[in-house]
Amino acid sequence: MSNNGKDFEPRIVGFLCNWCTYAAADTAGVSRMTQAPNVDVIRVMCSGRVDPAFVLKAFAEGADGVIVSGCHPPGDCHYNNGNYKTFRRMPLLEAMLQQYGIEEGRFHWGWISGAEAPKWAKLVNEFTEQVRDLGPLNWKRQLSSKEE
Amino acid sequence: MATLIIDGQTVHAEEGQTILEVARENGIEIPTLCYHPLLETYGACRLCTVEVIRHGRSKLETACTHPAWDGLEIKTHSTDVNEVRKVILGLFLSRCPEVPIIQDLARQYGVTEPPFPPEDLEQKCILCGLCVRVCHELVKADVLNFSQRGIDRQVGPPFLEKTRQCIGCGACTIICPTGAIEIVLEEAAIYGAKPLGPTSAVWVPSMQAVPRVPVIDKDSCIHFRQLDRSEGEIVDACQACQMLCEADAINFDQQDEILELDVGTVIVATGFEMWDPHKLSQYSYGKSPNVITGLEFERLSNSAGISGGEILTAEGDKPERVAIIHCVGSRDHNAHEYCSRFCCMYSLKHAHLVRDKTDAEVYEFYMDMRTFGSGYEEFYERIQKEEGITMVRGRGASVEVLRDGKLRVKGEDADLGELVHVDVDMVVLSSAVEAPHDADQVGSMLGLSRKQDGFFAEAHPKLRPVETNTEGVFLAGAAQGPKDVPDTVGHAGAAASMALALLDKGEVTISPQVAVVDEKLCSACKTCLSLCPYTAISFIDEENVARVNEALCKGCGTCVAACPAGAITARHFTTEQIMAQIEGLFRLPETEEELVEAEVEGVGS
Repeated sequence: MSNNGKDFEPRIVGFLCNWCTYAAADTAGVSRMTQAPNVDVIRVMCSGRVDPAFVLKAFAEGADGVIVSGCHPPGDCHYNNGNYKTFRRMPLLEAMLQQYGIEEGRFHWGWISGAEAPKWAKLVNEFTEQVRDLGPLNWKRQLSSKEE
Repeated sequence: MATLIIDGQTVHAEEGQTILEVARENGIEIPTLCYHPLLETYGACRLCTVEVIRHGRSKLETACTHPAWDGLEIKTHSTDVNEVRKVILGLFLSRCPEVPIIQDLARQYGVTEPPFPPEDLEQKCILCGLCVRVCHELVKADVLNFSQRGIDRQVGPPFLEKTRQCIGCGACTIICPTGAIEIVLEEAAIYGAKPLGPTSAVWVPSMQAVPRVPVIDKDSCIHFRQLDRSEGEIVDACQACQMLCEADAINFDQQDEILELDVGTVIVATGFEMWDPHKLSQYSYGKSPNVITGLEFERLSNSAGISGGEILTAEGDKPERVAIIHCVGSRDHNAHEYCSRFCCMYSLKHAHLVRDKTDAEVYEFYMDMRTFGSGYEEFYERIQKEEGITMVRGRGASVEVLRDGKLRVKGEDADLGELVHVDVDMVVLSSAVEAPHDADQVGSMLGLSRKQDGFFAEAHPKLRPVETNTEGVFLAGAAQGPKDVPDTVGHAGAAASMALALLDKGEVTISPQVAVVDEKLCSACKTCLSLCPYTAISFIDEENVARVNEALCKGCGTCVAACPAGAITARHFTTEQIMAQIEGLFRLPETEEELVEAEVEGVGS
């Protein structure tokens, strides 16, 4: 992995809820929308299932950016109010990540409904560029050097 | 029971009946202008004058007021009677020379010229009092009454001024025999909202309605309007239909009911709404009555419609030229971006109907012709070749109302590469269809998501077009997106069979993706209980653990992420599984085999 800003291909993990954002990502694919190939999607049934530990794990494993996306509040959640749980957890996690030295722009959480495939494609492209500008995170190396 | 003789015919009468009523029951014609079966008799017009012979003595009496006594002999058309009616009709004709019904009656009795010079050619009122009685007795609004005396006697509201007492029901205009009353509606919107719709308060929704029974339109029914107006004080207004209905089928107390039903499946078939072409002002919809939508054209050409199926302009003439504009509000960045799908075919049908029923030239302004169904392309070919429709390829850009009332349709003919215009008598806008305005309410009630175009989202755009993301809820027809009839029938059939398959099975197969509590690890903190949106988790006091009811759990995993003890796992989405997925994403290939595999998949760098 090169550190040169232009050659650097960021690795991004997306935790997407099955009913809204995963559906949007699926539709974006079915509709042949142009998206950066940098986001790897992990499907969860609800964004409320996203344990903050998953996000930390992704960064620890080598992700340069993480996206958590679910259904629009208030009423879109397939499970009535799972997205509210996300709404409460993610700001806390965001604050914590910065304390770990992970810049603000590396973590995105938000809402994309099943009807918003273009919005998903746009997010993927913009977020990839944003993370590319921030450069590699190398958190994994930092963590292991500290352990040593 | 009384027995009497009318024109030599022996007839029987009930107690309290008048001569006119008995005569009518027996099919004996007596002319009258001021009688109505639902109103008190008044004896105003005197036209029903008959010769009544009692105890050998003859007398002229009005049949509408004279009781049908036993032993009477009545002559309805004797010389004396006819002479009297001639005089009366002469007087009417002198007062109201231009009223057709009076002219006709007078002619029947040989009066062709008014015996006295008419004072006011515009006068139509014969002071029969029907309007006064209907307003007092049926409507109970008491707006109209007589005022002044002698030759100044007249009918009207108090001081002949506008009054708030009037509910604008129109009962007086309908009952007036001479057409003397006109209602100027300030709240024209009530009628304006149904320009090509039904015009009376009781109507059968359509000739094909099931069940084919009349319904009352509360917006125009006198009874309901008076009830509303008086805030429930006047509870017995009108009810004329109830009094006349022999089957006693009319029930004003019937209310809309909210029924609560336990059901196993739900099929959402909420359909579509027509998009309002007022929103694109360049089409002049609403500026000329001859600019109509496709749906209004359907109403116009329907044999049960206002013109009996004839295609007429608002002036009542046959149009000489008709333009049909496709894609009004569809495929338009200023309105809906999607294609409404079935407008092309109904526009072609409208062109065919115009050619079939009139000699008008038809111009179709279209962008692309989407004739996708079975036999559609053949129909398109036919109406061009055999019926001579002029097709203009290019969106109709605007409709201008010219001074003489004609309509100028402008557009670009893309085939010629030129701007074109055509002056026509009627423009039919094939306007877009859109999701019903309250689709969001239905959606949030049933947990349905909506697509970008506003219609309900199916579970998968290609493979599951009928199911939704809510189990047991299916979509049928245009609720899922614009559809023509064959597509709707197919889609609805699929929805019905999927619903039936679910019902027929009698039991529900639930997804194995549910949460389970490892009771050994559960610390009994009860955090999960309040998080569960389905109250699927209950706390077992005796064992001091939380337990998931698998039939209620939908597997969202919210509790899993929150459990401080890590005691809850979501089957198929366990923490280990997700962590392994994350690890897998970043695992560098170790063996050569893995390296080859990774290169093929493009993983790693």
